[in-house]
Amino acid sequence: MNPTLESLIITVLLSALPLVFILVYALVTLYLEMKVAAHIQDRVAYMRTGWHGVLQPFADILKLLQKEDTIPAAADRFLFILAPYIVFVGTYAAFAIIPFTDAYIGSNIHLGVFFLIGVSSLVVIGILMGGWASNNKWSIFGAIRSAAQMISYEIPTALAVLIVVMITGSLNLQEITKFQDGGIQNWILFGGPLPLLTKLLLLPFTLLTFLILFTASLAEVNRTPFDLPEAESELVQGFNTEYSGMRFAMFYLAEYANMFVVSAVAVALFLGGWSSPFGEFMSGPVWGAFWLIGKAMVFIFLQIWIRWTLPRLRVDQLMYTSWKVLMPFLFVCLFAVGLILVLTV
Amino acid sequence: MKAVATYFGNIFNSLYTVAVGMKITFKHLFVPAVTLQYPDVKLKMPERARNRLYVNIDDCIGCDQCALACPVDCISIDTIKSTPDQDLGVTSTGHKKRLHVPKFDIDIAKCCYCGLCVYPCPTECIVMTDVYEFSEFDRHNLIYKFSRMTEGEIGEAKTKLKKAEEEAAAKKAATAAAAAAQPKPEPPKTP
Amino acid sequence: MTESRVLPTNYVTKPEDLKTSSGRTLRTDEMIINMGPQHPSTHGVLRLEIVVDGEIIVDVIPHIGYLHRCFEKHAEHMTNYQQVIPYVDRMDYVSSMNNDLGYALAVERMLKIEVPERVEYIRVIMAELQRIASHLIAVGTFGIDSGAFTPFLYAFRDREFILDLFEMTCGARLLYNYVWVGGVSHDLPPTFIDKAKEFCKYFKPRLVDFNNLLTFNEIFVKRNAKVGVLPREVAINYACSGPMLRASGVDWDLRRDDPYSVYHKLEWDVVVGKGEVGTAGDCWDRHIVRMREMEQSVRIIEQALDAIPEGNVQAAIPKRIRPDHSEVYVRTETPRGELGFYVVSDGTASPYRVKARAPAFVNLSVLPEISRGAMLADLVLIVGSVDIVLGEVDR
Repeated sequence: MNPTLESLIITVLLSALPLVFILVYALVTLYLEMKVAAHIQDRVAYMRTGWHGVLQPFADILKLLQKEDTIPAAADRFLFILAPYIVFVGTYAAFAIIPFTDAYIGSNIHLGVFFLIGVSSLVVIGILMGGWASNNKWSIFGAIRSAAQMISYEIPTALAVLIVVMITGSLNLQEITKFQDGGIQNWILFGGPLPLLTKLLLLPFTLLTFLILFTASLAEVNRTPFDLPEAESELVQGFNTEYSGMRFAMFYLAEYANMFVVSAVAVALFLGGWSSPFGEFMSGPVWGAFWLIGKAMVFIFLQIWIRWTLPRLRVDQLMYTSWKVLMPFLFVCLFAVGLILVLTV
Repeated sequence: MKAVATYFGNIFNSLYTVAVGMKITFKHLFVPAVTLQYPDVKLKMPERARNRLYVNIDDCIGCDQCALACPVDCISIDTIKSTPDQDLGVTSTGHKKRLHVPKFDIDIAKCCYCGLCVYPCPTECIVMTDVYEFSEFDRHNLIYKFSRMTEGEIGEAKTKLKKAEEEAAAKKAATAAAAAAQPKPEPPKTP
Repeated sequence: MTESRVLPTNYVTKPEDLKTSSGRTLRTDEMIINMGPQHPSTHGVLRLEIVVDGEIIVDVIPHIGYLHRCFEKHAEHMTNYQQVIPYVDRMDYVSSMNNDLGYALAVERMLKIEVPERVEYIRVIMAELQRIASHLIAVGTFGIDSGAFTPFLYAFRDREFILDLFEMTCGARLLYNYVWVGGVSHDLPPTFIDKAKEFCKYFKPRLVDFNNLLTFNEIFVKRNAKVGVLPREVAINYACSGPMLRASGVDWDLRRDDPYSVYHKLEWDVVVGKGEVGTAGDCWDRHIVRMREMEQSVRIIEQALDAIPEGNVQAAIPKRIRPDHSEVYVRTETPRGELGFYVVSDGTASPYRVKARAPAFVNLSVLPEISRGAMLADLVLIVGSVDIVLGEVDR
């Protein structure tokens, strides 16, 4: 076979692998979210479809697939139809730079996280499109709030990433993960594989940066306490209001995929990615995928737990948190980490 | 300086209260569920439960008290007087039945489950049971007809009553005619 | 009255202040948005017509009447006074016992009958249990309005105990037809007092947990402090009552200031809002007043359970109610405020006119005043903190 055709087919197959992963993962996370929410609220969720409701996510997807596809008469048809796909594309493109194991990464470019931060802005455009094209005042409210929120929380995310990049010296997530290989003491969360004095000095700042990155990532995925764009009690679903059936499923899928992306990136940056916390024990290509996905699921559980505990912030409080709380602390961390690295390494 | 103190105080407060809240919800993750898996498991109704109405039509004396007491007029009762030669029997509480009850309909869709019909019944034949699963597909199935008289029995009772009334009317006409045939007494003279 | 502004003072508010680089004034327009009869958080079928300028509210016009069921007209056609009680139940359907109590007290005052003391104590216990149940709904749905979905389910779990107590006594869970003119329909079952004491013991730590989860959560506090401030004078002028009035700092509770039943024999505190985290009369104050009122209700119930005397609860129920030509207005303190019944009799067995002064109706009228200048996200919280039940607003 033609070598370029062969390599093209291989590339297409490899880039479709995250899609398969997303579909499986979305079903699992749907189930997990409902069950965790139910047990927090002293009840059990699904029990009747399959043993303890394991088939319920399939039922949900099937139901969404066979729903009537309504487009409001006065809606902007082209933008309305295009919006969910743009949101999904923005999320899916981020899967290219997540290192699932040391043998597989979608695209081993030098830019790594820089690409991630750039491409996740596509999601903002998609949401704005969806809200505007619905021709519904509530949707516009949701879309505008969402745009303001996501733009203001991209800056803390970028700054937190910058701090890690300063420590490791590379933008490529695969390189960053290899930098942290060797065991739990090498994780950047605990200071990185640097001399002890540097580690101890860096420790408070990396912990703080991780906390801030986690908070900013909650805002990036529109989860409570930052879920104002889709505030169910106020805006009847926000920019999602007029969507039904498969398009709604697309938005939903994109939200869950986004959750995984931010968790996986946080894990890869701070918690060692696919490297095993025990060093050599339980490490290898397949174990790597297990560790990355496992650690990301811990953070997804944390996101679900927070969602069902906290009330939501108002738009101006959200902005206040981003610009006046997260960013000053991040600037302090940036300065301190830079100083420590210059002075001690 | 105070502004700086409030700023840091707010941040610390937020983190602390968030942590407290998360601890509470985490504890609840391990509390067993308080819900029941209906319809496999059903709650036991207490003995005074006020759900669907039931009428023991054999005990009904047709007094219409329950229909009068109902605030939404969901009970409709028709009665036919019985003639003295008919013996309708005695209810289980000892009341003698004097009225046929050809129609005793309760529109259970209108019923508001207040229980006001239960108290005035002299024979305690209308009671509120603990049945709460009685949905129907057709609204007309929710009109409960409690009377068990057949068409023939109703026709018979009506003809008997009509005959008895005609006889009574004829007797009354006869005594009136006999009284009219007698000479009238003198009216008292006014002084 | 301008205290309801929640933004910093340097915010540009007037359109003429916005100028383009060439000096032309930017033309802005207000948007009329409809928080329609069906909405996840208007607590029933209430239509709010909101005039917004961006996210700032300029005016709110509530449209009611979607749940009007002609209760007062029905009451005139009932064959006797007892038959009106199921209708009165259904006015404010989350606090039926209090509605029954108000109406029964009104007719009893017209007939000038005295009820046995056991009846009075049972009525107080039921009214206070109902107050706890109603406030649980209020605070639970207030949590949902602000985004916290879990406290609602914890509140409903506790409410189940109360509803079980009611079901044990009279057979129904929501609309009881229990408090009758002259007495109550059933005496307490033998296990009631123990179960009620068990409930009181179980409930107090749950309130503490609820407060830690929702009330003192910094996000919740920041959402509700200084939002929807109802100043003292405005509250009094608009005839607000109940927790709304007390949260604005007015120390007025009908159970203490215009006592009925046996409240004068029981000891409890009236909870008044002091503006602990913001201004007095904001949404947080209304919330904390309701939470603390639940604690006080538990106190009242425990005292009443210990002091309840023996007696026959059906002794004073009149066989035929035929008052003379008179009229009476009796007010009681329901979880929403002052519920008043104005009953006019024309000497026959059925009432000539029954007018209910619904507290939620009056409290709702203050909504435009307190929400000018707030943001759209705050309006949902303000409506939630007024704690309306549309059955009462529309009757």
